Amino acid sequence: MRRGAALAGAAGLTVGLAACAGATGAAGPSATAIGATASGDRTLTVFAAASLTDVLEEIATAFETDHPGLHVLRSYAGSSDLAAQINEGAPADVFLSADQSTMDKIAGAVAGEPTVFATNTLTFVVPAGNPAGIADLASFAKPGVTTVICAPQVPCGAATATLAALGGVTLSPASEEASVTDVLGKVASGQADAGIVYVTDVARAEGVEAVPIARADAVVNRYPAAALAAAADAATAQAFVDYLAGDEARAVLTGAGFGAP
Amino acid sequence: MTGPRWLAPLAALGGLLVLLPLAGLVSRVEWSEFWSLVTAPDSLTALQLSIRTATAATVLTLLLGVPLGFALHGMRRGPLAPARAAVRAVVLAPLVLPPVVGGLALLSAFGRRGLLGEVLGGSLAFTTLAVIIAQAFVAMPFMVVSVESALVARSGRREAIAATLGASRTRTFVRVTLPGIVPALATGAVLAFARALGEFGATLTFAGSLAGVTRTAPLDIYLLRETDPEAAAALSLVLVAVAIGVVALAYRPVTTRTPR
Repeated sequence: MRRGAALAGAAGLTVGLAACAGATGAAGPSATAIGATASGDRTLTVFAAASLTDVLEEIATAFETDHPGLHVLRSYAGSSDLAAQINEGAPADVFLSADQSTMDKIAGAVAGEPTVFATNTLTFVVPAGNPAGIADLASFAKPGVTTVICAPQVPCGAATATLAALGGVTLSPASEEASVTDVLGKVASGQADAGIVYVTDVARAEGVEAVPIARADAVVNRYPAAALAAAADAATAQAFVDYLAGDEARAVLTGAGFGAP
Repeated sequence: MTGPRWLAPLAALGGLLVLLPLAGLVSRVEWSEFWSLVTAPDSLTALQLSIRTATAATVLTLLLGVPLGFALHGMRRGPLAPARAAVRAVVLAPLVLPPVVGGLALLSAFGRRGLLGEVLGGSLAFTTLAVIIAQAFVAMPFMVVSVESALVARSGRREAIAATLGASRTRTFVRVTLPGIVPALATGAVLAFARALGEFGATLTFAGSLAGVTRTAPLDIYLLRETDPEAAAALSLVLVAVAIGVVALAYRPVTTRTPR
């Protein structure tokens, strides 16, 4: 509740600041602290792919410690939803996408070049104990096994299709979900015998375990970060992107199962 | 009855709150491609599945919701009368339950690890039947409410006369009561159909999403919105049109149609 109120307040603040930045017109976004408020506190609004939720909490807190007076405001959702929001003018300073193609969708709003700061690979996810004995793509595609994957229209589904093609198998899933979360939910609830999700998703979930997929390394998902052109404080936004690619953030990301770029 | 004048600007704002999003949706539709988007194979598959499942769910709410409405009405006299309000609240809960909560509830009843999981053996998971059950779960309250309020509005005199003439309870029910509440049944059915057609959260949580089997129009829109916003907008508009049509049909002044 308190967090919600804080978020709402901060969001209002950011909108207000964006309006101020707009009002300064010709001056445009500059490194001079447009982000400064009456109390001297500054905010950095980060839009991040939902799969980054746990790691970003830790990384943002560390970044705040390094930058006294700075609040890193986090908004988590599916990358596509966030990209759509940014294109509609949402007041974000930094965008962390779960894949390159989604970052490309907001190319016009990006300042400079996006930096890839993490990678992720696919894995089988099965209920604890692996009751259906999933070991490889062949056993995953076997008739009688209830499987759930991402729909080919969304990034995790596209990656799944590539991996299946590499393994030379045709998948016949019971359901093609719109997000990794929905795949994970079906497996965690025991409705499905197995699913295909990202390594870091399994690390965050309970009641499920991962079974490695052979050649999963061939289909790597890259997470790019970019400071946005509309950022109130371009220097801080870029500093955050640089911090993500640095050693401290790397340690946190590795701990959560993300790979190095 | 006209209220004070200061109500008017608030009413205008209220109207805008409803109209603006609909106008926004309309503005997103590529009219030149509207027909081809709506009749694309994937869209048609989803729409057909939606109509099939919503029809089946409506039949199910008639079969089960009408008796439930009668039972609720019957509780007003007798030993169970004090519990009537509580029972009604529980039966109507799906009406106001967050859809995803409904999905979790269905999962914990009919899912593989649910209360009936042993009996069903997971046979329900990811089937069209699961979609129908999810839709009936959220749509039935409309039928129950409709039937119960129609029964409350009846005096019971015709039923009493039928009884004195020697009609059995079943005959009275079929020949007197049911024909008397036909408008309420129609309203309940239309609203239940619309609610079933719009069902999203419980279906997504409980039944999954596979083209032609469980991916109804709302789920298709949810998926398309990321990759094909034009198609999502076109399909959305179809559902908006159905919704408006249904409400117009169901909310004609009921009082003039309900015989006493």
